[in-house]
Amino acid sequence: MTLENASTKAGEDTLASEQTEQEASRFERESDATTKRGATGRSVTLRGLKAYYGDSEAIKGVDLDYEPNKVTAMIGPSGCGKSTMVRCINRMHEEIPHARAEGEIKLDELDIYGDDVDVVAVRRVIGMVFQKPNPFPTMSIYDNVAAGVRLSGHKGGDMKQTVERSLRGAGLWDEVKDRLDEPGIGLSGGQQQRLCIARTIAVEPEVIIMDEPCSALDPVATLKIEELISQLKERYTIILVTHNMQQAGRVADTTAFMLSGELVEVDQTEKIFTNPGDKRTEDYVSGKFG
Amino acid sequence: MNAQPASLPGVSPRRRRTDKVARVLLLSATLIALVPLVLVVYYLIKKGIGAWNLDFFTTDPSGRFFGDPGGIRSAIVGTTLIVGLATVIAVPTGIGVALYLVEYGSESRFANVVRYFVDVMTGVPSIVFGLFIYIVLVLGGVAGGFAGWKGSIALGLLMLPVVTRASEVVLKLVPDSLREAALALGAPRWRVVWKVVLPTALPGLVTGSLLAIARAAGETAPLLFTAFAVKATTTNLGAQMNSLPMQIFSDVRQAQDRLVERAWGSALTLVGMILLLTLVARLVQRRSRLA
Repeated sequence: MTLENASTKAGEDTLASEQTEQEASRFERESDATTKRGATGRSVTLRGLKAYYGDSEAIKGVDLDYEPNKVTAMIGPSGCGKSTMVRCINRMHEEIPHARAEGEIKLDELDIYGDDVDVVAVRRVIGMVFQKPNPFPTMSIYDNVAAGVRLSGHKGGDMKQTVERSLRGAGLWDEVKDRLDEPGIGLSGGQQQRLCIARTIAVEPEVIIMDEPCSALDPVATLKIEELISQLKERYTIILVTHNMQQAGRVADTTAFMLSGELVEVDQTEKIFTNPGDKRTEDYVSGKFG
Repeated sequence: MNAQPASLPGVSPRRRRTDKVARVLLLSATLIALVPLVLVVYYLIKKGIGAWNLDFFTTDPSGRFFGDPGGIRSAIVGTTLIVGLATVIAVPTGIGVALYLVEYGSESRFANVVRYFVDVMTGVPSIVFGLFIYIVLVLGGVAGGFAGWKGSIALGLLMLPVVTRASEVVLKLVPDSLREAALALGAPRWRVVWKVVLPTALPGLVTGSLLAIARAAGETAPLLFTAFAVKATTTNLGAQMNSLPMQIFSDVRQAQDRLVERAWGSALTLVGMILLLTLVARLVQRRSRLA
C-alpha cells in the first residue's frame, strides 16, 4: 500500500471541511524544512489474537481495529493483558522465553506474522515507548536519538538533521540543543521519556505503541507527554496503554476496555466514559473496582 | 480517646546483651581476617624492599653461585608475556562464552551444562591444568618441549572459567529494558549485543578480566610444568621462559641469603604488579554506570 492510499484512508471518516484542513496542515508539515517526509499512520487490525506464556493463556482471542492517525487507549486493571496484547503488535511478546502468540495482526493489509516477514522490519515500522524511560546509559543525548537509526542499520542521510527533527518532534529540542553531548541519563525523568520518544520517531515508524509512558512521571511531565501524543497522532497511529483513566479521557479518540485477557468493549472515548455499553466497563470507569 | 498517656516498652536487657555479643564477635572475626593480610604485606616489604634497586629490575639472574646473583628482568618480561598471551586466549573466549550463556542459550539444557562445567573448572586446582598441558603439549612434544606459550595455555585454561563467570554476572546486570529498547527500535540481535549490551557492561567486563589476570599472574604450578625457567631474558614465547613465580620458587630454596632476598624482592614485585592491576580495575569500575 502506498502512502497516498493510506492518507486517503485516514481522511475517510472526517467531514469534507476537516479533510481540507487536514490536507492543508499536511502540506505545511511537508514544506517544513525539518520534515523529511510526510509520514502517516497506518491501521492495525487484530483478529482472534491469542497470546500465551508457556501454557497459560494471557490474551483470549481479541478482535480490534486501530484506526490510522488516531489515539487508541487501552484501559483495564493490572494483569488484564493490555501490555501483553500491545507487545504482540510489534512482536516483542515473543522475546520472552516460552511466550507465543496466535491469530492475525495486520498492518493495513500486511500480515505481520506472515512467514516471509522479518520481525526486525516489523519493529522498525511499529515503534514502542516503554513504561520506564530507558535511554542507553553509555550514550549521549545525540547518540541516543541517532541510535534508533544506527541500530536498525540505516546509513547515510543527514544524521544531524534526523536528530534535530526527532528531538523537535518530541518537544525536547529547545531544552537540550546546547548539551547534546551530555549523557542521556543525566536528564530528568520526563525529559528521558521524551528522549525515548525522539529515539522512536527517529526511525520513522508508522505506528507507535506507548506502554504506560507516564506512569513513572510527575503530573507536569505527564502533561507534556500528553500534549506530545496529541501532536504525534497527526503523523502516527498511536496505541496507548494507560492505567490512568483521566489520561485516556484527555488524549484518546477511542478507548478499549480489557478484563482478564478479553476485550470487553471498544468505542469512542466519550461514550466509554459516559455511556458504556457493558456493565463491567461501567463498573470499572466509575471506580467500583480496579 | 485513650485516657492513658502513650507508652512503649524500652529495649529489653536481653536484647541489649545479645546485640553487644554479636557486635563483638563480628568485629573480632574481621580483625582476625586482617592479621595475616597485614603480616604478609609487612614481611614482604620488610624483607623484599632491600633487594630493590635499579640493577634488580634491569639485569638477568647471573646464575653464579657466589657473588652477584643478578636481577629479575627475565622474570618480569616472562611473566608479562606469558600472562599477556594467556589473556589474549582467555578473555575473548570467556566473554564469548558468557555472551552465549546470557544472550542466546539462557534457558537451554546445553547452557546449564556449560554453566555447571564452568563452575567445576573454577574449582580445579591450578596444578591440574599444568599437568594437563605437560602431558598433552610438553611430553607430547608439540613444537618441542617446554615453551612459554604452553605456559600461557595452561594459565589461559585457568583464567577461562573465572572470566566467564565474572562476565556472565556483569552481562546479567545489564537491564533487560535496554535490550528491549534496542529490539523495539528494529535492531537485529547481534547489533543489540554489540552496540548496547557490551558497551554498557564494558567496565564490569574489564574488571572481571583484570582480576582473572591478577590471579593467573601469581600462579606457579601451571608454569612449573610448561614454561620452565631460564636465566636470560627472552621474548620468544616458543622457548623456555622465566617468570616471577618460578623465580621465587627456585630462589627461595637456595642456601645463599642473597638469593633468598631476591625471592622476597620478586614476591614484592609480583604483589606490586597485581596491586597495580587491581587499582586499574577499581578505577574502571568507578566509572561504571551499572554499579
